[in-house]
Amino acid sequence: MNYLYAAYIATWAIHIAYLATLLRRYTRLRDEIAEFKTRIEEKS
Amino acid sequence: MKRVFPILAVLTAALLSYALYEALVAAPTEQTMGDVQRIFYYHVPSAWTAFILFFVNFFASIAYLIWRNTKADIVALVTAEVGVVFCTVVLVTGPIWARPVWGIWWTWDLRLTLTLVLWLIYVSYLVLRRFSSSGQTPLLAAVLAVFGALDVPLVYFSIWFFRTQHPQPVIGGGGSIDPRMLHVLLINWAAFSCFAALVCWSRYRLEVLRREVDETLALEALLEPRSSHTRTSPTGRAG
Repeated sequence: MNYLYAAYIATWAIHIAYLATLLRRYTRLRDEIAEFKTRIEEKS
Repeated sequence: MKRVFPILAVLTAALLSYALYEALVAAPTEQTMGDVQRIFYYHVPSAWTAFILFFVNFFASIAYLIWRNTKADIVALVTAEVGVVFCTVVLVTGPIWARPVWGIWWTWDLRLTLTLVLWLIYVSYLVLRRFSSSGQTPLLAAVLAVFGALDVPLVYFSIWFFRTQHPQPVIGGGGSIDPRMLHVLLINWAAFSCFAALVCWSRYRLEVLRREVDETLALEALLEPRSSHTRTSPTGRAG
């Protein structure tokens, strides 16, 4: 049973890790957009 | 479309939960291997999903080579990335199953070796897209993807035409499976396919946004060359 649980946990660990990288990339992009907007507002 | 996504995400989560219940509880226990055989319900659907994603990557790459279509390029990138994730699951769950059944984690069997090669090809594809800043990167990546996709049928049919240590196919190729097990297998495949489609959709939207931001910042840098903002346009790079 330990091998079975290990396989299922590993599967979801891989998927969750990938989703976390997507979330991190999205957050970074959102920060860049916010920074860009601030820069535009400062100029205008 | 923004309202559809959460609904599909909830439906997919429900389907994945049901598929997990079917795999762990409802599916009959295999007589020889016991409960460890249930790894099959995650291992095989992950492999099939990875194969489909790599095939989509292949057709998107062909489309890019013919029409130089940006959307095709993004689809190719996204399917390669998500395909590598599923292929990683295959390469991790396989040895976890093999250890109690074969007594070893890994053997240089044809099916296993070709799967590892497939994973390495698509990892190199992603590395190329991530670290090359050349304008020709999407073109080079598309060519690599076309050659990489040739490995998919080799992996799939390796157990049909060669004697390998890997178990024989359960569908086609002379294999057979208990109908209740087949039912659970197909439910898990449907669940993982829906999950893969949703992840691809999210990743696609992220990549489109990433490119729009890069283009805007590049335009800004061009219009104001003396600006302190020095970001260069990473055309064709993964976000």
